[in-house]
Amino acid sequence: MSSTTSHRALPGTQKTRETVKQKSALPWLTLPALFFFVVFAVIPLLGVLVLSFANWDGIGAIGAAGMENWTSVLSDPELYNSLGLTFMIMIVSWLVQTPISLLLGVFTAGTQRYRAALAVLYFLPLLLSSAAVAIAYKALLDPNFGLAMGLGLPFLAQDWLGVPQLALGLIIFVIAWQFVPFHTLIYQGGVRQIPKSLYEAAQIDGAGTIKQFFHITLPQLKYTIITSSTLMVVGSLTYFDLIFVLTGGGPGNSTRILALDMYLRGFRANLMGPASVIAVILVVIGLALALFLQRLGGKDQQGSQLEGM
Amino acid sequence: MKQFRSSRRSFLALAAVTPFAVMATSACGTSGPGGASGGGASMWFLTGEPNQTTMQKAVDAFGSANPDNKIAVTYFQNDAYKTKIKTAIGAGQAPTIIYGWGGGGLKTYADAGQVEDLTSWFESNPDLKNKFFPSSFGAATVDGKIYALPNQYVAPIVLFYNKDLFDKAGVQPPKTWEDLMSLVKTFNDMGVAPLSLGGQSRWTSMMWLEYLLDRIGGPEVFQAIFEGKPNAWMDPAVIETGTKIQELVSADGFIKGFSSITADSKADQALLFTGKAAMMLQGSWTYGAMKKDGQNFVQNGKLGFVNFPTIAGGKGDPKNGVGNPAQYMSISAKATDKEKESAKKFFKDGIMTDTVIDAYINSGSVPIVTGIEDKLASSPDKDFLNFVYALGKDAPSFQQSWDQALSPTAAEALLNNIDQLFLKSITPQQFAENMNATLGK
Repeated sequence: MSSTTSHRALPGTQKTRETVKQKSALPWLTLPALFFFVVFAVIPLLGVLVLSFANWDGIGAIGAAGMENWTSVLSDPELYNSLGLTFMIMIVSWLVQTPISLLLGVFTAGTQRYRAALAVLYFLPLLLSSAAVAIAYKALLDPNFGLAMGLGLPFLAQDWLGVPQLALGLIIFVIAWQFVPFHTLIYQGGVRQIPKSLYEAAQIDGAGTIKQFFHITLPQLKYTIITSSTLMVVGSLTYFDLIFVLTGGGPGNSTRILALDMYLRGFRANLMGPASVIAVILVVIGLALALFLQRLGGKDQQGSQLEGM
Repeated sequence: MKQFRSSRRSFLALAAVTPFAVMATSACGTSGPGGASGGGASMWFLTGEPNQTTMQKAVDAFGSANPDNKIAVTYFQNDAYKTKIKTAIGAGQAPTIIYGWGGGGLKTYADAGQVEDLTSWFESNPDLKNKFFPSSFGAATVDGKIYALPNQYVAPIVLFYNKDLFDKAGVQPPKTWEDLMSLVKTFNDMGVAPLSLGGQSRWTSMMWLEYLLDRIGGPEVFQAIFEGKPNAWMDPAVIETGTKIQELVSADGFIKGFSSITADSKADQALLFTGKAAMMLQGSWTYGAMKKDGQNFVQNGKLGFVNFPTIAGGKGDPKNGVGNPAQYMSISAKATDKEKESAKKFFKDGIMTDTVIDAYINSGSVPIVTGIEDKLASSPDKDFLNFVYALGKDAPSFQQSWDQALSPTAAEALLNNIDQLFLKSITPQQFAENMNATLGK
């Protein structure tokens, strides 16, 4: 962006020369970013791969373990429980969050004052850290001293964090409460990008609000939906802080998702080798999912949706 | 134009240099975070009153008497600290003074050569060594060498009860397991929860197993587990312990929703002093907290306390106790000589002074120093303090908390399996088998 603006100020002859020069400088501009990426992403990733074949308690010396960590983790039923829970939370979260944030995004994209005021309220959860959200919910849901007692609503006095199904449902709810605002923001931006002329044309053709939504808004939001879904799906692989504070993986193992399982093995049980195995599995699943979602967008996803406009 | 280019170049140069600058700065950190300026040592301690104030006062007093050996303290929340200290030690970023609970955790540090061997230092300071309960050195010792200074107070697990509720029901505190089971029925009929439990914290549930196993099979059963003897967890006493736990859960012994209650929020204590639950098995440290939060519940003598009930045909001595024999402080082997000297001076002159001892007694705890009988007897909390003192000093066996005594790997598996045992998602037999697989790990 900034380079184009600077070009405009230049006289024509210099402009072409400068463009050529800047093009040759472009690869160099990526170097700092590349450096950080290698130092903070690629090298640690290789480190984890090496650790997955090692015995290490996080404190003492590192020793070779061969395939031992891999065979023990892959034959551990806990891994498949965690995997199942991770995908369960991922899918249900997507099903809950996408329609809500899509509708809220369309709603807040309007220019009316009251919509802007409501939008500010909707975005509040986005400002809170996951740990704070978890601690607040934990206090509100305490069966003896929480919201249920405060408001005198006995049906709220459930054993929210003590019954496996309730705890899982609750976690999906709190995740949605926290992340819907973020995705609403993405959809709001997407809707505002749709040219007004499309709606004007539809109105002349006699299409109502609902028809406009399904035939203009939704197709125009295709890539926004893909972006938002990628963030949701890949992000749900790394949900950690909220669940860690809210349930710690309990009751039993009923909310012990993969990222949490990795942490508990590595930092609570001092088994860095098996924890690294799970980290590698997480990376592979995350990459595969991201690639799959990119493919969903079709091959010409760089192409414009506004052809003929 | 020229200016534009040069500024771009300098930006690139800056961008290229920054990572190295960042690395250089972080490399400096290896000498230890919070390295007190002008010498002295760093220490991490736990948040939470009244101990945080007691420790801060001790550090301040020591600092003003020894300006060259000031101790810089940073405070962390209990559960977070346990993870943070392990990671910091592994990364060579530990503070000079490493606070902990001895046992299995200390053994991992000692095996990795991360903590100083204090044996010869204690030999040259016999007065200091003789000041503490001899039993407090057990969990500080690894392979015959002392790696930590015992300090603070002895914290046995005690069965607390609400005297008002017991008077109302016209019953006596339980002496046997049968008494306890009949009290469960009495209080459930009254609409009061028999037992308060912060089950989400898991180590709270563990306390029940510790006492039950001791009463049923005697201290030898856990000793064998601790030593990693083959099939030590498969002892019939372990299975009976698990069965008794599940009987108690099935009889609605614990308050409804106990799995949602945490001990960190002190909700389990609040249930007892607000009269929502009749009894609670918890550490003696909750006495001070209930005295502070309970609106004269403790001051008016409404808080009762007894030994854990006996079990018919059990092998354990009813006077046996479980809990924390003391808290411990080690010195990081990675600290500089100057920092180590400051830490040792603090251990000797700063940590268990008369002021600190009085502060612990005033908050309802029994410091682990000998010759304090008179002080305990003149305290307003003398009934409780003498009870704890007797448990800590005269118990034929005082078992350290299991999650501290075992290795971190086994402890995490233990807490996880206890949680499932209380949820009845595994049988006592499966519990024993799962734990048996962790022996030697």
